[in-house]
Amino acid sequence: MKRRDFINQAAATTALVSLGGLGLQSFSTKSSATQITILHTNDVHSHIDPFGPDDGRNPNKGGVARRATLVEHIRKENPNTLLLDAGDMFQGTPYFNYYGGELEFKLMSMLKYDAATIGNHDFDNGIDGLYAQLPHAKFDLISANYDFSNTVMDTHVKPYKIFTKEHIKIGVYGLGIKLEGLVDVALSKETKYLDPIEIAQDTERILKDEHNCDLVICLSHIGYYYGDKSTKVSDLIVARKTKHTDLIIGGHTHTFLPKPTIEKNSVGKHVLVNQVGCYGINLGRIDFYFDSQKNKSADGTAIIV
Amino acid sequence: MKLTHLTFLFLLTTILACKQENKQLTRIEGKLLPITDSLELNKTIDSVIAPYRTHVNKDLDSVLAYAMDTYSKSDGELNTAIGNLFADAIFEQANPIFKSRTSKDIDIVLVNHGGIRAIISKGNVTKRTAYSIMPFENSLVVAALNGKQVKQLVDYLVRAKRAHPIFGLKLTVDADYNLKEALVNNQPIDTTKTYYVATNDYLYNGGDHMTFFKPNDSLYVLDYKIRNVLLDYFYKKDTINPSIDDRFIKLQE
Repeated sequence: MKRRDFINQAAATTALVSLGGLGLQSFSTKSSATQITILHTNDVHSHIDPFGPDDGRNPNKGGVARRATLVEHIRKENPNTLLLDAGDMFQGTPYFNYYGGELEFKLMSMLKYDAATIGNHDFDNGIDGLYAQLPHAKFDLISANYDFSNTVMDTHVKPYKIFTKEHIKIGVYGLGIKLEGLVDVALSKETKYLDPIEIAQDTERILKDEHNCDLVICLSHIGYYYGDKSTKVSDLIVARKTKHTDLIIGGHTHTFLPKPTIEKNSVGKHVLVNQVGCYGINLGRIDFYFDSQKNKSADGTAIIV
Repeated sequence: MKLTHLTFLFLLTTILACKQENKQLTRIEGKLLPITDSLELNKTIDSVIAPYRTHVNKDLDSVLAYAMDTYSKSDGELNTAIGNLFADAIFEQANPIFKSRTSKDIDIVLVNHGGIRAIISKGNVTKRTAYSIMPFENSLVVAALNGKQVKQLVDYLVRAKRAHPIFGLKLTVDADYNLKEALVNNQPIDTTKTYYVATNDYLYNGGDHMTFFKPNDSLYVLDYKIRNVLLDYFYKKDTINPSIDDRFIKLQE
């Protein structure tokens, strides 16, 4: 089944990047391979129900109850699965206006989200409004570049989280967007925004060197890319300026990427950047395959998107 | 000697064995999984949502007023019935609050045409109507502007040639969109005077290129969401019957 999937993929190849001389044939031997599946959403914006059949843009798409079915199915196939959200969970339907994010967090907990980062709209009911919903969240909020130490959120947001799945250590760190001009100070209060690049470099080093993570994932709400003329920091810039980060899962710009973007990092290695639009109409899926066969020629990594 | 050799060999094997444990990333695959109606609903999840959905829908469908007609933001060139209702509602709801805090009156209301996100359909006006017209969380602010800034505001409106919702202003342009007359409270604009202009926080911060709000003498944050303005206004009125009027008009040749 998996093999057929792969052949389908290869036949419909849109991009195949091979690093370090690993040929396609090398995949056939997967005796003791470990597969890590990363599932992700971003900018769901309180879209709990699917769009109706008359919706002009996304008819019959989305819906948490359907996403749950898909996630459950994938987890059954591969228990080594993480489910992540890149922020802006709140705001966009009356569910948020009526219940302040309670239902969003309850459902994400039922879907067993592993972590989420904080988007600008997650401050829409103020930092106190976000804090008030924490009892409903059984997953961690992570952000490495928001300093919450002078706020009620102090100690409730971790810079990163490490997951171990079948001896594979996965470090996930969060990045948030500049609040100035986006979030009223009355809402974010004394939340401090720190430079995402510096923080990303620092955090990925900690995850790689101090914690020996096999995979480093950045969960970002800073936006995909603002164009060549912009000086605004974005996921593509983070990808280019880091060296241990393997995958950036983004949000904020509601960018619909039909396939992940492959970018080169500061030491010339490939990084994947992905974002799946908004409103829960898609689920992103990235599979990492680790092979324990110590084969010299298997030093490289093939990326199939 | 032999023993050392053996130990060495043993050590080497152990190291190699250890290294073998060290798993190598060999392949990454990425795909997009659309959430469509071909996926079954997870019943447990749906049953958790159901009571919330019922309550929200029931409340959103509660009737606040009756609309005599269907009003759309495209039904007029420089002023529209729905835009006039929007600006008038802001004045009517916000002025008592502003006055109680400052003993002053709002002179002008300006919001943006793009901020009207839906039509009002003939028939029952519900909470849902207010949510569809104003899905965003923007709230009201009042900026104290001098007469010169008000003139910039007028220039902006004349150049925009759009039915941005306004209250308190009376603008007349000729057939070529040259400004003929600009009045505030039926008086010419006095450059020495301070005017109190109500708008939303998005526009105040330069949204829609409205750059004339800053700098200003003072800013009053009303903590009153535009959507709540509409909800309160609809709740107060039995019938909604706005019309296109002469607050911004173009003279014929």
